Amino acid sequence: MTGPVVRSQTADRLDGLGRAALVGYLPVGYPDVPTSVEAVRALIDNGADVVELGMPYTDPLMDGPVIQHAVDAALRGGVRVRDTLRAVEQVAGRGAPILVMTYWNLVLRYGVEAFARDLAAAGGAGLITPDLIPDEAGVWIDASDEHGLDRVFLVAPSSTPERLVSTAAACRGFVYAASTMGVTGERATLGSGAERLVADTRAAGAAHVCVGLGVSRPDQAAQVATYADGVIVGSALVRAVTEGVQDGTGLDALARTTAALADGVRSAVRPGVGSRS
Amino acid sequence: MEQAVGPLSTHSGPYFGEFGGRFVPEALVAALDELETAFHKALADPSFGAELARLHRTYTGRPSPLTEVPRFAAHVGEHVRVFLKREDLNHTGSHKINNVLGQALLVKRMGKKRVIAETGAGQHGVATATAAALLDLECTVYMGEEDTRRQALNVARMRLLGAEVIPVTIGSRTLKDAINEALRDWVANVDTTHYLLGTVTGPHPFPEMVRDFHKIIGEEARAQLLAETGRLPDAVLACVGGGSNAMGIFNAFLDEPSVRLFGFEAGGRGITPGDHAARFSGGVPGVLQGTRSYLLQDEDGQTIPSHSVSAGLDYPSVGPEHAWLHDIGRAQYRPVSDEQAMEAFSLLCRTEGIIPAIESAHALAGAILLGAEASTWAVEHGQEPILLVNLSGRGDKDVATAAAWFGLVDDAAATPTEGEQL
Repeated sequence: MTGPVVRSQTADRLDGLGRAALVGYLPVGYPDVPTSVEAVRALIDNGADVVELGMPYTDPLMDGPVIQHAVDAALRGGVRVRDTLRAVEQVAGRGAPILVMTYWNLVLRYGVEAFARDLAAAGGAGLITPDLIPDEAGVWIDASDEHGLDRVFLVAPSSTPERLVSTAAACRGFVYAASTMGVTGERATLGSGAERLVADTRAAGAAHVCVGLGVSRPDQAAQVATYADGVIVGSALVRAVTEGVQDGTGLDALARTTAALADGVRSAVRPGVGSRS
Repeated sequence: MEQAVGPLSTHSGPYFGEFGGRFVPEALVAALDELETAFHKALADPSFGAELARLHRTYTGRPSPLTEVPRFAAHVGEHVRVFLKREDLNHTGSHKINNVLGQALLVKRMGKKRVIAETGAGQHGVATATAAALLDLECTVYMGEEDTRRQALNVARMRLLGAEVIPVTIGSRTLKDAINEALRDWVANVDTTHYLLGTVTGPHPFPEMVRDFHKIIGEEARAQLLAETGRLPDAVLACVGGGSNAMGIFNAFLDEPSVRLFGFEAGGRGITPGDHAARFSGGVPGVLQGTRSYLLQDEDGQTIPSHSVSAGLDYPSVGPEHAWLHDIGRAQYRPVSDEQAMEAFSLLCRTEGIIPAIESAHALAGAILLGAEASTWAVEHGQEPILLVNLSGRGDKDVATAAAWFGLVDDAAATPTEGEQL
């Protein structure tokens, strides 16, 4: 793919670490908008290197029950798309690029160009789009080039070699490798498929590949961090917030979970990549 | 994105004008490619067509009859003739079986062992469970919890046929949420499982493929009407939820400019958002569940819950080919209220001895609403205007809803009082 050379906030951050990044997902508006902003700050302060900020959507078909429940609650609480842009403004500039994770209709409705403009103005790094493949993303590719935003598309174990090449070429920031066929959620084991997918995606031309879906424990994060550029965790963090909702300890639980995952990521030894930093 | 149009009836995906496409997780792309290849190979293989035709003849009961309904027509307008295409007489009681048998044969060809489906009113779920039993496939049907309550009889039918029915308890607990669950299941199990999608929506190739499996409705009706009357209808009418029965009957008439096409969607209780499922009068284009089409959504792009007295019509989006036909002016889409549909339901029962599905009653109500307009068409050719209405399903599943609507269940009489022996 040829086009203007756009500097990537997220790729710069990944390159600067010299180790795998912890990429933490939280949805805006859960349990309410101010607390969710505090939660993102806690996430960054406790070791998340990149933030994936979810825009609640009525039909989150790539998400498992933990995240579905949280975004459903956020929507019932009245969260709006513009709350995400405000939240980005409030958490940007703390050292962790803020990528917004969104289903495509929300951006389409806002206006692709307008959303890109406002996200860039708020200090956001770019978008992760679980239901938008590069084949359908022409307007977004143009807008993200125009406004200097990252665009993270997904690859899956079922992706053909040709699609790995075209998706890697369309991404900026990193390629999101789905560790397994399925939706978000915590899993006991990740299997060897993720490592192979990362290797194949790199071979297809991707500069950075982060792994998501199913990673929830520090030992899993440490394992993934040996071969990926980033470890994406969502449901385990959301669950920490959920467990503390009733008694107000959600942020403490989130901080502990994040710190443990960050330790896991930092403990990983990455064969052959030490010379990069 | 625009393709050369050519004959409207042969237009293929992935795009219908600016609608359609594949807005799906990457994990599903390989399966959609596989399905598209298998479908096109099957179409080119005479043995596939022969096997499907054999099943239609010996199992479904095709061709379904064409019935003229003069006593009903008298309520539509003076000198208007109304013919019903009787998809209600198919095995399993609706048009849904046409598509299900086609896709189930494809599943066998692809070597998969399991099918999943979503269902609203239950017609598609029952048809899928039936085909799965016939062709020895494992079957899971997702159904919104609200719909399992409204359509308890169909839940029992699916379970009798050996299917697992999973009530969906998130979101609005209706068809849209059942589709989300089916998509989640498919992403996780795509190696062994086919998503047997029930209408002309979803990612490419589903809209095109489901239409092709249903176009037999229009082809038969056209030939039957020509044999019966010697001419084409003045108008073809069908209800539109996702739009599969409508697309099936419209298809044979798309390239006949003299034939007006009308789709009737659920106007529900009224125009307030949340009270209807009238996507063309109350929606704007957007992306939901894999395709771009008209969509009931709020100003943020969140899907608005919809309502209809019919569990089969309360889908917040509509097949992309309908969106295209609407935008190019080839078909007209109008809302029919719950009340109008139920009046037409009752009218067909009493005048013709046919209990229609409440979905189909929307098309019957559409005929009544067209009434005076249709009478004027006679001037054009000096003959009585002919309306062809697709009776997409029968009303057995809706008897409880209708009985409650019309107050036909006398609770006091049905419940013995203490000490009383019935």
